[in-house]
Amino acid sequence: MSNQEKEPWFSAKNLKLLTGPFGTNNPITVQVLGICSALAVTVKLKPAIVMALSVTIVTAVSNVVIAALRQYIPDRIRIIVQLVVIATMVILVDQLLKAYAFDVSKQLSVFVGLIITNCIIMGRLEAFAMANKPWPSFIDGLGNGAGYGLILIIVSFFRELLGSGTIFGYPVMEKVGAYSTGYENNGMMILPPMALIVVGLIIWAQRSRDKSLIEKK
Amino acid sequence: MENLLNIFVKSIFVDNMVFAFFLGMCSYLAVSKTVKTAVGLGVAVVFVLLITVPVDFLIEKYVLKKGALVWLGDGFSGVDLSFLTFMVFIAVIAAMTQLVEMVVEKYSPALYNSLGIFLPLIAVNCAILGASLFMQEREYENVLEATVFGVGSGVGWMLAIVSIAAIREKLRYSNVPDPLKGLGITFILTGLMAIAFMGFMGIKL
Repeated sequence: MSNQEKEPWFSAKNLKLLTGPFGTNNPITVQVLGICSALAVTVKLKPAIVMALSVTIVTAVSNVVIAALRQYIPDRIRIIVQLVVIATMVILVDQLLKAYAFDVSKQLSVFVGLIITNCIIMGRLEAFAMANKPWPSFIDGLGNGAGYGLILIIVSFFRELLGSGTIFGYPVMEKVGAYSTGYENNGMMILPPMALIVVGLIIWAQRSRDKSLIEKK
Repeated sequence: MENLLNIFVKSIFVDNMVFAFFLGMCSYLAVSKTVKTAVGLGVAVVFVLLITVPVDFLIEKYVLKKGALVWLGDGFSGVDLSFLTFMVFIAVIAAMTQLVEMVVEKYSPALYNSLGIFLPLIAVNCAILGASLFMQEREYENVLEATVFGVGSGVGWMLAIVSIAAIREKLRYSNVPDPLKGLGITFILTGLMAIAFMGFMGIKL
């Protein structure tokens, strides 16, 4: 190992924080957090990826800030403090998007602002950052943001491919020659309801593989 | 008048917060196990929206917009505070939620107990902030229109959560495949309901 001195930074426990959200502890399919703003941005891959990145950054950074401040925040007003930290981060992200990626920012419309009320961020702050040191909190934020992003990307991949026949705007279906065989784009996939159903199917697939996630009545 | 009715109907059915924009999904999924709590939370959301949307509208119009501070004097005509929008809106919402929580605790302790953590969480219910942001984006002309839009969105959200709660109550007696139980089937049901709601699309009074 070349980075021996950094080893404790990526100890087994921290790595688990990073990888857990991809599978058994996924914020969307298992913790049921952050569905609010997730689904509406999944019509196309590009805005979905921008959204995933924004959420990851906001989660990680506000996790660090709250973890650093955790001993100074009075319990009674912690929600307000958390909201202020999150809102500041979101304002930064929003202004950056407007400056450097205006078209995507327009597509995302109000959903950038809605990162503030994304339950993933609040949920992680409450459940993790308030009780842990900044570094593990940072990893936890990255992991959860990425786990959220993973679902967003899977959903938007299927919706863009089946709904518009493209991937990142590249006309895959046309190049493959699917249209000449009588294939049609499924316009239904672009509409909001299908996002819900696709996520439902992802949950079904995941829980069929991992029986321990099945809900008991 | 016709215009207001149009906004009202549109915000309930066509631009339904849950089915068209997926807003407020967290509490929608978590509190929809029984009809009674769903109604309680729905009423609370309608109430919070009824207050926050017009308040946010006035703040937007007289404080935040570019040139909105001109009533303070000519020197303020170039001030643009719109980058503060998120911060101010969320502060108004948090304050209003606190108020609703105190009112509910005083007058209906039973409802207060059954709503539990989800009452304070209205503050982070995306439907509330979402309504304010949509209000800003769609540029309603006066405070009346904004209020009607706020109430309509709330009623739409309530309609959604109450109907899914009713379905879930019945669903308890049906034989759902194990991996789909709970969350999975709720997602798919919501999707199907959203397809039904698309039938309202394009309705204009």
